[in-house]
Amino acid sequence: MKSETIVNKKIAEEKKTITDANHNGNGTPKTEDGSAALVHENKDNQELIHSHITVKNLNVFFGNNHVLKDINISIPDKKITAIIGPSGCGKTTLLKSFNRLLDSTNGTKVTGQVLVDNEDVYDPKTEITHIRKKMGFLSQRPFPLPMSIYDNVAYGPKIHGLRKRKKLDEIVEHYLKSACLWDEVKDRLHTPATRLSIGQQQRLCLARGLAVEPLIILGDEPTSALDPVSSQRIEELFNSLKDSYTIAIVTHILRQAKRIADYVVFVYMGEIIEHGPAKQVFESPKEKLTEEYISGIIS
Amino acid sequence: MINRNLEESIFKILMKGASILIVGSLFLIVITILVKGLSAFNLDMLTKIPNGGFYIGKEGGVLNAIVGSLLIAGGASVIALIVSIPIVLFINLYINNKSALGNTIRLGYDILFGIPSIIYGAFGFTIMVYFGLKTSLLGGIITVALLVIPIMVCTMDEIIKTVPGELHEAAFSLGTTRLETSRLVLRQIYPGLITAVLLSFARGIGDAASVLFTAGYSDNIPFALDQPAATLPLAIFFQLGSPVQEVQDRAYAAALILTIVVLLISIIARISSKIFSKNIV
Repeated sequence: MKSETIVNKKIAEEKKTITDANHNGNGTPKTEDGSAALVHENKDNQELIHSHITVKNLNVFFGNNHVLKDINISIPDKKITAIIGPSGCGKTTLLKSFNRLLDSTNGTKVTGQVLVDNEDVYDPKTEITHIRKKMGFLSQRPFPLPMSIYDNVAYGPKIHGLRKRKKLDEIVEHYLKSACLWDEVKDRLHTPATRLSIGQQQRLCLARGLAVEPLIILGDEPTSALDPVSSQRIEELFNSLKDSYTIAIVTHILRQAKRIADYVVFVYMGEIIEHGPAKQVFESPKEKLTEEYISGIIS
Repeated sequence: MINRNLEESIFKILMKGASILIVGSLFLIVITILVKGLSAFNLDMLTKIPNGGFYIGKEGGVLNAIVGSLLIAGGASVIALIVSIPIVLFINLYINNKSALGNTIRLGYDILFGIPSIIYGAFGFTIMVYFGLKTSLLGGIITVALLVIPIMVCTMDEIIKTVPGELHEAAFSLGTTRLETSRLVLRQIYPGLITAVLLSFARGIGDAASVLFTAGYSDNIPFALDQPAATLPLAIFFQLGSPVQEVQDRAYAAALILTIVVLLISIIARISSKIFSKNIV
């Protein structure tokens, strides 16, 4: 399975160079040309790429600051991908670029493509709410919505049009169980979510994200604000969820990446230095920088 | 070393002195009003409109001004709220926070904030003359609304800035639109919104200059938007100007009522923001 992904990726990269030639150099294809190329590509690639998220020639600027440089990567499905790298290297930016959360940051310019199920996230025609719905997002610090535990989980389905109380009850119970939180909160579903401990809040945020039935879970250092026991529970949850979801997490804790990652992306100074199956990256890194980072020479 | 310690103690004294000064003035004001106003205060002040020779010291009360003030401040707060929320959401969620447009809007309300209320009054008066309107409840409400909108926008803008970016991320990643996210943000700042409204209400109810030319004055309770309306600050102003000692004392009784109203609002603001913050991180 792993080797298959690598092969696929190589093919994808070849495809990319072909499509690059079609584009006009600066990485932002004209809408008509771009979408034409996309349709053409879809026919060829659908069989080959088993990846929900494919990033092509992504460049991100914060003002004059070139934060991400020519990123090309596919995130393997139904696996845990860890994006590792030193602080400020752009790993969180990379993660947030997947569901266009960078929008909310001021003075941001993005060129290139992020394809989610072959839809370009940065195409102005793309309806972003529909793409974001495919991705649950966990932030560093859990942030429950200002409402009750029940409403936190029910909020997503509600805004996407579900109104039936009975169905909502089922959803809330189901996803609170998926996040291993049900037993702790079933008697106080209608109390404010803020009364939960921080570890419980993070699991609630996970349940809230799962309730909109995403395919992908993104985590931005999701355990960094938690105590060790809560962190461990989140890691266990990720492990149990990876059979049904594609998971990408940013972490600066190397040991965490070693514990849970199947696939590793090493980012340094805005560039992807190396990516591959976790075992290979950790045990026999191809790049000197990766080796230095993993062995702790740079951090 | 001695110098630094000396410096430390001097500044400590200055700080304490300033704090005592502010709390002390509050007490002095309240005591003055109580001493001067309590003698003239009676139930008639609250329940009756000026009657017969009210202004030469006979019967009646200031119910007309109480009702007028509450209506004007209340109406103005509602209008201001309806105008302020879209402004605040627009500059914080819909456009780049530090963009030229956002800065222009902020500069705009900053300047409006600083404009004295008499100028709002004069402006309102000019507009009303232009349209051939007479002094009325509606004129007062609109002018006071203009006066409190910058206060409300400024307060809300400060509050909305305290909302952590995680809320936006959490909401957006669930697939919300900007409007749905805005609603969540409003929920998050709900206690702050109440504070902003009540502060604006307190500011609006206490202002004399803006209603002087626009709401006018009447001994009757206004029952329609086109009728002139009395206000407590103007009631104080007119009664203080009276040569009759008894009427002057009534000015302090009216001041007492106004102060109590404002005090109640501040207390309600504090309590309600505590009650409504239970859902907030």
